[in-house]
Amino acid sequence: MARARIGDGPVAKTVIISLVTLATLVVIIGPLAVIFYEALKLGLTTYLANLSTPDTRHAIWLTVATALLAVPINTAFGIAAAYAIAKFEFRGKGLLTALVELPFSISPIVAGVAYLFVYGAQGWFGPMLQDAGIKVMFAYPAIVLASLFVTAPFVAREILPLMQAQGTHEEEAAISLGASGWRTLWSVTLPNVRWALLYGVVLTNARVMGEFGAVSVVSGSIRGVTNTLPLQIELLYQDYNAAGAFAAATVLAGIALLTILAKLAVEWIEPGCSRGEAG
Amino acid sequence: MSRTVLPGFRLALGCTLAYLGVIVLLPLTALVWQSAGLGWAQFLAVVTSPRALASFRITGLSALGATAFNAVFGLALAWVLARYEFPGKRVLDALVDVPFALPTAVAGVALTALFAANGWYGQLLDPLGIKVAYAPLGIMAAMAFTSVPFVVRSVQPVLEDLSEETEEAAATLGAGPVRTFASVVFPAIFPAFLAGCSLAFARSLGEFGAVVFIAGNQPFRTEIAALLVFIRLEEYDYQSAAAIAVVMLAAAFTMLLIVNAIQLWHLRYMRDGE
Repeated sequence: MARARIGDGPVAKTVIISLVTLATLVVIIGPLAVIFYEALKLGLTTYLANLSTPDTRHAIWLTVATALLAVPINTAFGIAAAYAIAKFEFRGKGLLTALVELPFSISPIVAGVAYLFVYGAQGWFGPMLQDAGIKVMFAYPAIVLASLFVTAPFVAREILPLMQAQGTHEEEAAISLGASGWRTLWSVTLPNVRWALLYGVVLTNARVMGEFGAVSVVSGSIRGVTNTLPLQIELLYQDYNAAGAFAAATVLAGIALLTILAKLAVEWIEPGCSRGEAG
Repeated sequence: MSRTVLPGFRLALGCTLAYLGVIVLLPLTALVWQSAGLGWAQFLAVVTSPRALASFRITGLSALGATAFNAVFGLALAWVLARYEFPGKRVLDALVDVPFALPTAVAGVALTALFAANGWYGQLLDPLGIKVAYAPLGIMAAMAFTSVPFVVRSVQPVLEDLSEETEEAAATLGAGPVRTFASVVFPAIFPAFLAGCSLAFARSLGEFGAVVFIAGNQPFRTEIAALLVFIRLEEYDYQSAAAIAVVMLAAAFTMLLIVNAIQLWHLRYMRDGE
């Protein structure tokens, strides 16, 4: 009789699963749980009061406004990039793919500093913009730009493998039946990747709303003016208002949990369509 | 390969290149340009100043420690998810993505609360004399948390595809489980494992949000390179900030090249195995 694969004995299996589950409890559940515990330990009334202070409300609003602009732009970019890379053969494709993924490897702080040298007072376009009376740095446009940089790869990363696997046959059929290019994109290409696209959009949204390093460089962190929600968390935390900081943190943690639920749902509808982040 | 008849190639490629140019390449070029304005001698003086060198050392060593943790934890997690069926497996799999979806600042305040002397974990570690919050270990903990998914998601698919026959053959030939793992399973997953570790390491080198809350941020002790960039900016010392940022950028590019080389090797490895 052939032996089972290694680690498949009942004892080994139980021990390994228990150890890993315990470690996950400590490493991942602990941090999640402590956010809600710290936010709610003084009661629901305090929690709601903390969430509705004018500065926190403004931070929530600014974060939503940033996502409303940045997410559609990066979705369009992700679709264009994935379409070009997946459906056509051209020279330099490997380089282009690497370029699309580049922001993923760059520290958000480096990204923030880089933007400062383009649009800041000492940057390339800073003086020009200042003369024209256009405020980019330490204002809404810079927050959106920094978020765009950091989250540029996400939609493309999610839909590219699927688009590559599907090839071009269906699109070619649609074109030969007389559909226009836009019509083909809209009724063939995008519906074929809709669930991966949805997860890419949801993930982009979570990362835009949660971006800290790049935004903290370019926003100037002006209280009640250019503070996004993650920056507001830092500000409250440094003011020794831990309850307020954790209340604000629950909003972002909630969005993170919804993002993961979206991934679970997508995988449940279409197994093997979403491939996780790393790798 | 037949020429495709699909329209929109120029438009899609044009938009992609224009967007990457404006959003990604323009700022990075401006950054390198700014640091070049320093001149070579001045640049070297900034990046080899004792405080900068200390921040590079702290960043690199902490990232190594965090990667070592994830090499073990990530491999074990990938193993469990790839090899076993058990209730709650779906949930465990989904939890792996938490560090990706959770904003780094939120992770930072959460870890600080956990490891503070009166926190859930701090209470247990403090009597043992182990300080994590506001200490070098805290940097490692923050980096480890934010880079959990890399090793898991790199190794998991390879483990799932591993054929049963080779393992059974090893067992039939008399190899024990440890020997089988060391000489059959591990070599097969090694390229993916190494790629995952490199990605985790690269991500840890650049981590900022989670670290600044828990590190305590003392120069020469718990100050990471990304924070030093931030401090130089706040002092309006833009050129020093640019110089240190360029070193971080160079480190990121080097890691990217290494990961790509490993992945190419991996691809060849898989093809040869077929």
